[in-house]
Amino acid sequence: MKIIAFVDGSNYSQSVCDYAVWAAQGLPADVELFHILGRRSRTAEPADLSGNLRFGERTDLLDQLSKADEQWMQLAQARGRAVLDDAVARITQKTDQSVTMRLRHDDFVATLIDYEKDAEMVIVGKRGEASGFAREHLGSNLERALRSAEKPVLVASFEYKPIDTCLIAYDGGKSIGKSLDFICASPLFKGVKFHLLLVSRGDAAAEAKVQAAKSRLKGADIDAEVIIRDGHAEHVIHDVSLEIGANLLIMGAYGHSRVRNFIIGSTTTAVVRACRMPLLMFR
Amino acid sequence: MHWLHDLKQDWVGNVRADLLAGLVVALALIPEAIAFSIIAGVDPKIGLYASFSIAVITAIVGGRPGMISAATAATAVVMVTLVRDHGLQYLLACTILTGGIQIVAGYLKLARMMTFVSRSVMTGFVNALAILIFMAQLPELINVPILTYALVALGLAIIYLVPLVFKSIPSPLLCIIVVTSLVWFFDLDLRTVGDMGALPDTLPIFLFPDVPLNFETLMIILPYSLAVAAVGLLESMMTAQIVDELTDTTGDKNRECIGQGAANLVTGFFGGMAGCAMIGQSIINIKSGGRGRLSCLFAGVALLFMILVLGDLVSQIPMAALVAIMIMVSIGTFNWTSIKNLREHPRSSSIVMLSTVLLVVYTHNLAIGVFCGVLLSALFFAAKIAQIFRVTSTLSDDGRARTYVVEGQVFFASAEVFEASFDYREALDRVVIDVSRAHIWDISSVAAVDMVTLKFRREGTQVEIVGMNEASVTIVDKLGISDKPGALDKLLGH
Repeated sequence: MKIIAFVDGSNYSQSVCDYAVWAAQGLPADVELFHILGRRSRTAEPADLSGNLRFGERTDLLDQLSKADEQWMQLAQARGRAVLDDAVARITQKTDQSVTMRLRHDDFVATLIDYEKDAEMVIVGKRGEASGFAREHLGSNLERALRSAEKPVLVASFEYKPIDTCLIAYDGGKSIGKSLDFICASPLFKGVKFHLLLVSRGDAAAEAKVQAAKSRLKGADIDAEVIIRDGHAEHVIHDVSLEIGANLLIMGAYGHSRVRNFIIGSTTTAVVRACRMPLLMFR
Repeated sequence: MHWLHDLKQDWVGNVRADLLAGLVVALALIPEAIAFSIIAGVDPKIGLYASFSIAVITAIVGGRPGMISAATAATAVVMVTLVRDHGLQYLLACTILTGGIQIVAGYLKLARMMTFVSRSVMTGFVNALAILIFMAQLPELINVPILTYALVALGLAIIYLVPLVFKSIPSPLLCIIVVTSLVWFFDLDLRTVGDMGALPDTLPIFLFPDVPLNFETLMIILPYSLAVAAVGLLESMMTAQIVDELTDTTGDKNRECIGQGAANLVTGFFGGMAGCAMIGQSIINIKSGGRGRLSCLFAGVALLFMILVLGDLVSQIPMAALVAIMIMVSIGTFNWTSIKNLREHPRSSSIVMLSTVLLVVYTHNLAIGVFCGVLLSALFFAAKIAQIFRVTSTLSDDGRARTYVVEGQVFFASAEVFEASFDYREALDRVVIDVSRAHIWDISSVAAVDMVTLKFRREGTQVEIVGMNEASVTIVDKLGISDKPGALDKLLGH
């Protein structure tokens, strides 16, 4: 078994490593660490606006552009190696599971799709290198990643905290069903307290479903408490997680199309944005 | 999901640089569009409308961000006789048909045919194009006042020398401004753009070409449309490849074919001539920092805007300034290293390159040149591969039987050598021809094997062919290698 984790040298990389350790030891699994060099920046070098074509312009231009790319990429590679080395050092300090490094020139999401096939879990940071600390701003790649991934994705929070209390945002959907399968089958959650949260206003069918989910967990020898609240999903999830002191939120990701989300907004995005703890997302 | 991300990257990934580059390109497009209209023998406005419309449409639907398409020399030279013999309306109809043909080519995924166009043919194409552009300037350079030469020389000096000091002003623009001011200041009586025909004074208008819709019309325009479509796609694919190389990214070639087709189709209805991607302009765009779709779109819009606003000034531009710019384009398009390579490259590739150039310059049709270039490279390749072939033989101890072992490639080009490799005069009881280490590629080689067998039989010799099944695996049109594991090893291991 293996998990794949993405580090980019941002402030989130350390906690990605720590959660990777948690998953590696709990499952147990080997860790494959990725650093993506990304597409080359499309913004060109200082532009030459002279608009003329000299003798051999084409070959000169090719030389010039490839030299610039080469320099940029050599730097990026050196930096990428350093980021990976740091991450490996951090992980091997805390676990004996094997860690492999992969440095790739690729698109983050394309790599994720290629490599998640034989992985149990994907771990990414909540925000990327570029987004800094604008709180409202999510890593630009995160939504794309969550929408493409088939395997559970752990979105690491800024700081690592040991996981002992876990909130499942239960919506009765298919994705959350997948999360129950995962929880029941995986040794990862031994000794973790679960809470099943249903946001509902007297919907009997949904309440029956959440009770069924509870007994399903019970069957796998996992204790879970059911909480039913009324309100806006994103606010309720936030409030309840604080009340019970949850340090992992499990939810289904992006149940709706992009178009719908564009018009009425996405609960997933809102929750990921507001939430200060790691999320484990299922699709 | 990916496409949305890519779409955003393509359009707004590089806004500032794209707009700047688009402006530089627009400034360079104006003289070129005028010059190419003159080559085709139509009013400058036909080329200017075409450049606007083609640039805008290919920017949106084309497959290669960062590439610039507009009215071009390559397509203009093909249409000269159509305009001369039948007039402008037929050119517009031809442009529309060209667009249709290119769209079909795109859907048939003909872009993959580009793999058969070797590097030598491409070099020949580019060089021929440069020569054609230069030759088109000759009418402006022969039997003209001495002063014209001085102004052209001045223009060229500005174009090449000013960028050594300033890189922030497009030097062709500077050339136009300086030369035009001089002519205006000294009130020199020289030919100007205004003398060459009408410039646009309104936005392009949708119009159906005024041609009779009958079979006769089709027969007039079809040959031109086919040639223009082929030339346009060739230059577009080549330019796309150059942009691919320069930016180290890959475009979608088939989508580009469809985009070029859509652009020509629409352009014909808006009174523009057929065009395609431009090698020189695309290089200028990349050099100025343009990478996205925005630069080509903005180039088209800026071009039309400038022409509409500054039309009166544009008509004052002396032809000398234009000629200087076109000489620069021709010099920049020519592949100068190819001259040095003539001595270093194998003679066959030089012959391919030179014959492509000569045929184009002679026929003024790039399609014919490229077609012959491709044929020649295929022939040279076949001749080369035919040498990978050998027949060895051993006589049995009793001297009554001989075993011939055939190795290598047996196909039409080597079939004759194959037949001649056997000694039919030797009187033998039995001959074994072992072809298990040979590749029988086609019907000619099968016929050759049969012929050899027959000849031996006529001499009273018994013939046995060994390994024919293995050898003739390659005779089918498509080698089913991919679905049979180990099949390629077997072929290569022969």
